Amino acid sequence: MATRTTDAADTPRSRNSAARRGSVLLSRHPRLRLSLLLSAPLVWLGLVYIVALIALLITAFWTVDSFTGEISQDWTLDNIITVVTGALYQTVTVRTVGVAVLVTIIDIAIALPIAFYMAKVASPRMQRLLVVAVLLPLWASYLVKAYAWRSVLSQEGILQWLLEPFGLSTPGYGLSAVVITLAYLWLPYVILPIYAGLERVPDSLLEASADLGGKTWPTLRLVVLPIIWPAIIAGSIFAFALSLGDYITVNIVGGASQMLGNLVYTNVGTANNLPLAAAIALIPIVIIFGYLAVVRRTGALNNL
Amino acid sequence: MKLITPTRSVVALAGVALTSVVLAGCGTTQGGGGETAAPAEELGDFEGSVSLLNWPGYAEDGSNDPNVDWVTPFEEETGCEVTSKSYGTSDEAFNLMRTGGYDVVVASGDASLRLVAADLVAPVNTDLLENYDGIYDFLKMQSWNSVDGVAYGIPHGYGANLLMYNTEQVTPAPTSWDVVFDAAAPYSGKVTAYDSPIYIADAAVYLMTHQPELGIENPYALDEEQLAAAVELLKAQRQHIGEYWSDYLKEIQAFETGDTVVGTTWQVMANSLEGTAPVEVVLPDEGATGWSDTWMIASAAEHPNCAYAWLDYIASPEANAAATEYFGEAPSNQAACEFRSEGSCEAYHAGDEEYASQIWYWSTPIAECLDGRTDVECTDYGAWTTAWQEIKG
Repeated sequence: MATRTTDAADTPRSRNSAARRGSVLLSRHPRLRLSLLLSAPLVWLGLVYIVALIALLITAFWTVDSFTGEISQDWTLDNIITVVTGALYQTVTVRTVGVAVLVTIIDIAIALPIAFYMAKVASPRMQRLLVVAVLLPLWASYLVKAYAWRSVLSQEGILQWLLEPFGLSTPGYGLSAVVITLAYLWLPYVILPIYAGLERVPDSLLEASADLGGKTWPTLRLVVLPIIWPAIIAGSIFAFALSLGDYITVNIVGGASQMLGNLVYTNVGTANNLPLAAAIALIPIVIIFGYLAVVRRTGALNNL
Repeated sequence: MKLITPTRSVVALAGVALTSVVLAGCGTTQGGGGETAAPAEELGDFEGSVSLLNWPGYAEDGSNDPNVDWVTPFEEETGCEVTSKSYGTSDEAFNLMRTGGYDVVVASGDASLRLVAADLVAPVNTDLLENYDGIYDFLKMQSWNSVDGVAYGIPHGYGANLLMYNTEQVTPAPTSWDVVFDAAAPYSGKVTAYDSPIYIADAAVYLMTHQPELGIENPYALDEEQLAAAVELLKAQRQHIGEYWSDYLKEIQAFETGDTVVGTTWQVMANSLEGTAPVEVVLPDEGATGWSDTWMIASAAEHPNCAYAWLDYIASPEANAAATEYFGEAPSNQAACEFRSEGSCEAYHAGDEEYASQIWYWSTPIAECLDGRTDVECTDYGAWTTAWQEIKG
């Protein structure tokens, strides 16, 4: 009897403890459980990342007092109009997009055979080595690599030394140097998704194609390419978006040319005109959103 | 010559904030809206600490290089413990001063009057600074360190933006800026220029001599028409530019490899290129732009006595010599050269008044013409920035 009484007295107490009630509540309400789990990362993503970014972009509609450097919060479309109609911004936008497109094409052209070899030809051991080799440059600082290209491309650099016997010369600093350097910098970001996409192509499909008399090129074009197309698009998003926003490489090897990133940089750092800088920053954002909207249907976004 | 953090580049950006200012040599002054507070009458006890806001390399305490330390002797001497923060641009300095918490700031010509106008710095009673007497007269009470005859600080180092050229490829030796402007064609693709809107003033200095009909009196006071002429000159120059520079290490490398053979420079770069590239520098006949920095005291300084002690100390021959030599500029104290290494003062033309008079010290252009004209409105720094971006294209 005595033991029983104790039990009866204990059980309701422990059933009513806060922790227990909490876990009961959570186990009965899976949605609540999920929202608690996700709230921290969502607050981070939503408030700290996206809202902060939007808040920054809102300054595009404000103006700056040229004497005190203080931002006055009068709503105006002046900055947007300047950026959309100004010849300078149009020229630079065209140049920037041109560089980004070239870099993307070059990277995909180089990445395709490498990724194919890694995924379909190399032995498992070789495959691992190649993945490490592709990742290796990412361990070095961006700046170190860009400055390395600066010395490679200079008048007394190794490229000049290599090309001289053939009567050629280094492109020197300028847009071509920017394209070369950016293509080098973003290459791993293009190889990896394409490699991942090729890994997912079953060997049996290639064999089936061969059995049915498919030659190498038709097999690649009709069987492999459609399967890895989203992966290629995924790689292109990296190369394109990263090139679009770059300003450091342009500073280092770009000679006298400038890209959108440089205009943003000078307007923030030199001119202290945050509103105009924010307005310029909208250009690459609009372009990349446009690109994402176009490629959304390919399913490429699932491959990022 | 000791090489430094990439700092001059940063000072360079100095040419760059937005302000009220005036010009070297002409001596006119324009206050911003700043009310003149009374300077300190006498000094009290040291407060035990002082916080500095400075260009990198201006307050070394041995933590970057154990051999470079002029802060520790000050701390031992006065008992004022120094905390220092370095900034990258004049804009950054101005914003940091607005947030408060600093007792002392060192400002370049463009930021100084802006700080005065915003009431962020106080007048300095130079009678309380023993080392003020030792400062070169041509640096005292200039338009960028005084307002209405009231001193706002003590001068630090100064220097000119010179013309550097490769002696093997640029012949005959140039004596004019025309090698980077009208006569740049032979060196097309290998010309460099300073990457900042303030470089427009360099073009204006050139136009003062070569197109006198434009009537430019002061390279920082350009009306619409004069600015357009400078922009036109710079756009023509653009096709010959190999690259613009703002990071001085980048320019040193370009001269070493021969990617650049002629363009603007600072003496410090020529010094570090000695032995590695056949370069010479010259102050061309037209004159040049340059900089002169000032140590100032915050109007809300919590440790004014230690602040005065720092201003006095950094202008002393020993400290001034150490700081300006480390940074690579001419000292402001006449006796500093005794404490600098052999030849370093000569290299920077320290104390050469005639040389200094050819320098148009950086000032930020404002709408109210700095040369005193009242019949026209001048182009302000915002307009220069826009123009500069268009020039680069």
